[in-house]
Amino acid sequence: MTVDKLQEILGLTYLCGEESAPQKQIDGCYCGDLLSWVMSRAEAGNIWLTVMGNINSIGVAVLADISCIILTENAALDDDARKRAEENEVVIFTTDKNAYTMAAEISKII
Amino acid sequence: MDPIALHYDVSGTDFTCAGEASGKIKKALKELGFPTSITRNVAIAVYEGEINMVIHGGGGVIDAEITPECISITLTDQGPGIPDVSLAMQEGYSTAPDNVRQLGFGAGMGLPNIKKYTDEMVIETEVGKGTTIKLKVFVK
Ligand SMILES: Nc1ncnc2c1ncn2[C@@H]1O[C@H](COP(=O)(O)OP(=O)(O)OP(=O)(O)O)[C@@H](O)[C@H]1O
Ligand SMILES: [Mg+2]
Repeated sequence: MTVDKLQEILGLTYLCGEESAPQKQIDGCYCGDLLSWVMSRAEAGNIWLTVMGNINSIGVAVLADISCIILTENAALDDDARKRAEENEVVIFTTDKNAYTMAAEISKII
Repeated sequence: MDPIALHYDVSGTDFTCAGEASGKIKKALKELGFPTSITRNVAIAVYEGEINMVIHGGGGVIDAEITPECISITLTDQGPGIPDVSLAMQEGYSTAPDNVRQLGFGAGMGLPNIKKYTDEMVIETEVGKGTTIKLKVFVK
């Protein structure tokens, strides 16, 4: 499944990266907020659920080949993080749901 | 092909630049046509080393040497050094201060990650002098 399809099915709200969503292929999902833990355990193509919306999260997403970030529980996206994400074509969504609820919904469709 | 040499300076204070050198190395490897698994492994390892140089090492330099068979990376800083390397290599060990923990660092997983994602990892360090980490990823 591609990221734009995921957005359609779950009704997620884009924060950035909408144009590149059709090119991003999803393979699995990972939840976590400690960056080097995520670096270690997340796999290429994973959707990443986190509350970390800072510039370093964007670095992790790019380097670990994350397909998209979903900021759970309305976690804030910093301005410099948004800028870095746009430069690197990282897709970011926001949701008011927590990671558990979001992951449960994702597991039904991917 | 002749080995390709890349060099990057890493700031010791600017967190917003951290990840820049690893990002550039990843891009270079991608453009050279290395498999995605190799570029990803190198990117993750260099990122962890780069972040450590910013948080713990006061900045430094990164050198990469790329051949079709092997990607070699050397990360050098003149920071405080690592007093007990085997302790530092343990998952979960971290001396990261609170302000960087709030940014998501400090899991104590960086050095173990470097080990996990490379074929060779050598740490040379001296307290008060600095740390050099040499990495190799072989292209099998
Ligand atoms: N370049 C360095 N100079 C001095 N000390 C270092 C350096 N790199 C690592 N260390 C020491 O080794 C410890 C473990 O490093 P490691 O990267 O595994 O974890 P961390 O950086 O604390 O947290 P994380 O990488 O998970 O965000 C650090 O907390 C620090 O004490
Ligand atoms: Mg670290």
